[in-house]
Amino acid sequence: MIFTENKSIAEILETLGAEKNIFLLACNGCAEVCETGGESALLGMKAELEKAGKNVTGTALVDFLCNKVLVATRLAREMDKLKQADSMLVMTCGVGVQAVSRIVDIVVHPAANTVSLGGLQGLWPSDERCQACGDCALDYTGGICPVTSCAKELLNGPCGGAEDGKCEVDPERDCGWLKIYERLEKIGRLENLKKVYKPRDHSKMLPSQDLRKTSFYDLEQ
Amino acid sequence: MTKLKEALMAGRFVVTSEIGPPKGVNIDEYIDHAQAIKERVTAFNVTDLQSAVMRFGSLATCRLLIERGMEPVLQMTCRDRNRLALQSDLLSAYGLGIENILCLTGDHQKLGDHQGAKGVFDLDSVQLLVAAKKLQEGKDLAGNELEGAPEFFLGAVVTPEAEPLEPHIIKMEKKIAAGAQFFQTQAVYDAQKFKEFIKQTSRFNVAIMGGIVILKSVGMARFMNANVAGVNVPEELIEELKKDKEKTKSGQTGVEIAIRTINEIKDYCQGIHLMPLGWEDKLPAILDGAGL
Ligand code: SF4
Ligand code: SF4
Repeated sequence: MIFTENKSIAEILETLGAEKNIFLLACNGCAEVCETGGESALLGMKAELEKAGKNVTGTALVDFLCNKVLVATRLAREMDKLKQADSMLVMTCGVGVQAVSRIVDIVVHPAANTVSLGGLQGLWPSDERCQACGDCALDYTGGICPVTSCAKELLNGPCGGAEDGKCEVDPERDCGWLKIYERLEKIGRLENLKKVYKPRDHSKMLPSQDLRKTSFYDLEQ
Repeated sequence: MTKLKEALMAGRFVVTSEIGPPKGVNIDEYIDHAQAIKERVTAFNVTDLQSAVMRFGSLATCRLLIERGMEPVLQMTCRDRNRLALQSDLLSAYGLGIENILCLTGDHQKLGDHQGAKGVFDLDSVQLLVAAKKLQEGKDLAGNELEGAPEFFLGAVVTPEAEPLEPHIIKMEKKIAAGAQFFQTQAVYDAQKFKEFIKQTSRFNVAIMGGIVILKSVGMARFMNANVAGVNVPEELIEELKKDKEKTKSGQTGVEIAIRTINEIKDYCQGIHLMPLGWEDKLPAILDGAGL
């Protein structure tokens, strides 16, 4: 079970910026439980976006967005609608957004912050997992997590230590920031890198008291 | 205003050198080395636990330099302190008379001699610059008012030979936006590549100081090529070091290469930053040879 909290509509609209045509994708797994995904959240988001003057080119609900095969198969049916979209708003955890960004070459925006992994890291437990930082930056990085892919968890671009695309810590490990750079170049969003990204708010890593009262904590006790 | 700021702002060609404090308390001889060349350089950079190796501190060394009549540049990395400690040390530095600050991310602790240490990296180099700039404006990072604001001359680093270069140039631009007024580069051996880099960054209008590391041996050149990101000693230079073993050992070859590099790049940058790594006694010969 992965705990997520909705980003505010204001923040989401700000990250969407001038993008008009949006494809909405929601997770029906953990995110449904947290009300960041699931059908009613999806419909609610669709209404919000339309209210803000956006055109929703299509929507899809997938049981587990962290299951790459499931997502790829489901999205194959939506290719037309995806092609019309300027970007995708993905209502799920950090693992799910990363899975989606690995499948499609369009800009992905997370609609939620991942706050706690609650013991399971999703169905796509790869080396690019989510650390539940509570302040998801996948939007700015094109869908690659800077917290788990950079050995120093940097937020403003590569350090001077990358060599031949590998991290200074381990020649076997890809430099996360070079991956982010390549990805942003591919999706035409290199200008994201020019933004001076604010320091992380580490207090957001602590799940709120409300989340602590949810089934996971009760069941675990 | 610091001498470094004054000189760079006036467009004068500046020479700085570097001190890497010892592992232990015998700092005096390091200060003596600096003193011996103090007339030839504008300021001394003091590294902050360079290569993630635990050592005598940068802040204390900087203060000792001031007491002996030299101007320091305090290097600060983000590896060992969170935003509270970094901001507090910035205030303390100012209180001790240190105004030149070089902001870096810092090498990962895995590269050093305490590999099990917890890396902090609460801020990165760009955010550290933002913090320093805010302090100058009388506020801390959280927006609280300060009782008296410091004044700094802020610098940062850049790797001209990084591959790919573009993300580093973008980051350099962010560092400038965040308050960096001068840049020190990684060691330069390929003047052509350096000029290429200068061309790409000339629009930034910021002072750039080329980094110079004296080549001590073939082994050192090969080691840097294999292990130091963004440093590429060309094969011709390695051949040159190989040719006359005695001359290389005496340091003469390294000195000649450094002089040549400086002469090739000096019209393209605002200064050079010498990193002698124990060969302080060679600096006068290099500066003489380069006419500085
Ligand atoms: S930035 Fe990374 S760690 Fe933070 S919520 Fe997003 S995926 Fe998870
Ligand atoms: S080399 Fe890349 S992944 Fe490694 S610490 Fe630096 S920016 Fe992060």
